[in-house]
Amino acid sequence: MGSAARNRRAAGLGLAALTALGCLAACSSGGAPTGTSQAAGGGTHTIWDPYPQYDGDSAWAGLLKACGARAGVTVERTAYDTSDLTNKALLAAQQGNAPDVLIVDNPVVSTLAEAGVLTTTRENKLDTSAIAPNLLAAGQSGDDAYGVPIGANTLALYYNEEVLGKAGVDVASVKDWASLTEALKKVKAAGKKGITFSAIGTEEGSFQFLPWFWGAGAQLTKLDSPEGVAAVTLWTDWLKAGYAPNSVINNTQTTSWQEFATGDFAFAENGTWQLANAEKAGFDYGVIPIPGKDGGTAPAPTGGEFVGIPVQKDTARYATSQKLVACLTDTGNSLTTTTTLSYVAPTERVRSEQVAANPDLKVWVEAVKAAKGRTSDDLGTKYPKISEPMWAAVQAALSGSASPRQAMTDAQTAAANATQ
Amino acid sequence: MNRVTQAQAPPAAGPVPAAAGGRRAVRRPRSAQWAAWAFLAPVTGYLLLFYAYPLYRNLELSLRDYTVRSFVQGDAPFIGFANYAEVLGDPAFGPALWHTLVFTLVSLTFQFTIGLALALFFVKNFRLSATLRALFLVPWLLPLIVSSSTWSWMLNSDSGVVNAFLALFGAGPVHWLTSPDWSLWSVIIANVWIGVPFNLVVLYSGLQAIDPVIHEAAALDGATGWQRFWRVTFPLLRPVSAVTLLLGLVYTLKVFDIIWIMTRGGPSGSSTTFATWSYRLGFGNLVPEFGPGAAVGNLLIVMALVFGLVYIRAQRRQIFS
Repeated sequence: MGSAARNRRAAGLGLAALTALGCLAACSSGGAPTGTSQAAGGGTHTIWDPYPQYDGDSAWAGLLKACGARAGVTVERTAYDTSDLTNKALLAAQQGNAPDVLIVDNPVVSTLAEAGVLTTTRENKLDTSAIAPNLLAAGQSGDDAYGVPIGANTLALYYNEEVLGKAGVDVASVKDWASLTEALKKVKAAGKKGITFSAIGTEEGSFQFLPWFWGAGAQLTKLDSPEGVAAVTLWTDWLKAGYAPNSVINNTQTTSWQEFATGDFAFAENGTWQLANAEKAGFDYGVIPIPGKDGGTAPAPTGGEFVGIPVQKDTARYATSQKLVACLTDTGNSLTTTTTLSYVAPTERVRSEQVAANPDLKVWVEAVKAAKGRTSDDLGTKYPKISEPMWAAVQAALSGSASPRQAMTDAQTAAANATQ
Repeated sequence: MNRVTQAQAPPAAGPVPAAAGGRRAVRRPRSAQWAAWAFLAPVTGYLLLFYAYPLYRNLELSLRDYTVRSFVQGDAPFIGFANYAEVLGDPAFGPALWHTLVFTLVSLTFQFTIGLALALFFVKNFRLSATLRALFLVPWLLPLIVSSSTWSWMLNSDSGVVNAFLALFGAGPVHWLTSPDWSLWSVIIANVWIGVPFNLVVLYSGLQAIDPVIHEAAALDGATGWQRFWRVTFPLLRPVSAVTLLLGLVYTLKVFDIIWIMTRGGPSGSSTTFATWSYRLGFGNLVPEFGPGAAVGNLLIVMALVFGLVYIRAQRRQIFS
């Protein structure tokens, strides 16, 4: 009899232990599809976007509504957090209730295409002829394109005029890595801090490292090339010399910006999306493109989203979806869209209109022209498997747990194993 | 033994009044049974839907080769234990296991010791002790994202208050979160701080349940304070301690938020535990690896289960002794 009581307790405890842990792993499959009533049919089309910062009254929401009206349908918009949207889209596709129009971050396009979630531009008849090829490449796999870039942003170097002035640095002299390092040295000698960036152990870290990696002439297919090692060495040496703070290892792009906003730093590597904050920073700032190792503008990775049309059972829906996407991306309307989202336009013509309206954007337009998609060069879904060892290597080198050469050699081995 | 007979008594008493009801007594047991099932149904359904099914799905995820394509199409091939083999053969496995063990054991030791010391302190009930005790609960009440973000600001290499404080004594800056030698210890420190209140509360209530008469008797017999603690308080507190440690263990094994917010498991994996590794595999990359991620999650469940069984064994021995 005693054992019956104990068994019951044993079962109870076992269950308690299980339930306490259950969610940790099990929740991966528990994210049920969200209840957007997409099958409403008739005059309703659903759009998912990663812009939760724009609420129902924003210009962006208004634009979508107007486009819907023009296409003769009611638009039902749902905004998700960027990091959430990929999984939500995959789950929705699994359940057969994908949205009619999906706006996703550009490196995700190849993943969704691989999953068979997106239609090709050949199927959905979207016009991509005017789009800059370097932007379009991020959404291409083989001969197929899986969406249209809605706009682009990228990274550049913000500088604090006051700090540079005190250190006696003329920003025009910063042309390549050597002159940049020289400038940082002067800034440090003047008692200020050199440069801040984000080398965190996530995709963000790779995003910030790539301009230097590509700027050295390295290729993602060979991380441990002398050029690749040179890029890691540049960052590592900055840290060792105290030109960059040790905190960069843990910085997100937001915390890195906060460091720059203190006014102590001469340079910060950050994106177009910080322009509004830069105005509020309370000091005079400027922007220069990230220099390549031996001069010129380094290719920075493209940021920004693609508009795609997910696969539907009812193929008749594509025609209206196509009208909606065209409304957002056609040359005629692109200026409105990109201005609303504060992006650089994906077409040459609209860019010149943007620069005419706001000359400050010129440096960003130049940076976007030089930029390169992370999933370009037909890397597609291989990119994430290269990116992860790469950010790990940067962290290893910066934290001193491996030499730059060793770190990149290990990363190349790991990447080769993962992508074979 | 006694307890079991008591527990069985109420159901046995049930049919007695029914039998007095004459004809209806024959049908009554059946409808009572139906009623019993009906009462049981919500909780069974709940358990099946929210615990059994997710666990089953997680097991299935770990045994199939999920790519993004097969995830959407739902035709992932069954690959047996290949995901587990992949995880076990991963160079990150050894360090992650070691970090998980160190993180759990060191956190538990300090949480329990500090919690017990504070509980012994507060059980004396001095003036303002209730207020002070309430203050100690603050870490428990704060959302984890708030406390972990605060810790990561405080431990920031360049502008953190901890390094500023160390600088007052001339100590050089410690790269708490960005050095591979320190990152694990930083997250352990934060976790201990967060875990102390739980230990304090449970052990404090355990201490209150010990009859003061026993202490008086021991004191009269000439036991010193130290002896009273080791020979009276500690043994009497053992059941409560065991539960506290077991619950603490389960909580600590699965700690994720603190580590992820403070270090993302880095730099270069130096504070990666099974929990953060599982998340990274499943969600931390542009292309999710659900299979290996689920495999790591299942290993965690097994670890917690093993410790749970050890606890039950220990309990059983205690009952028989």
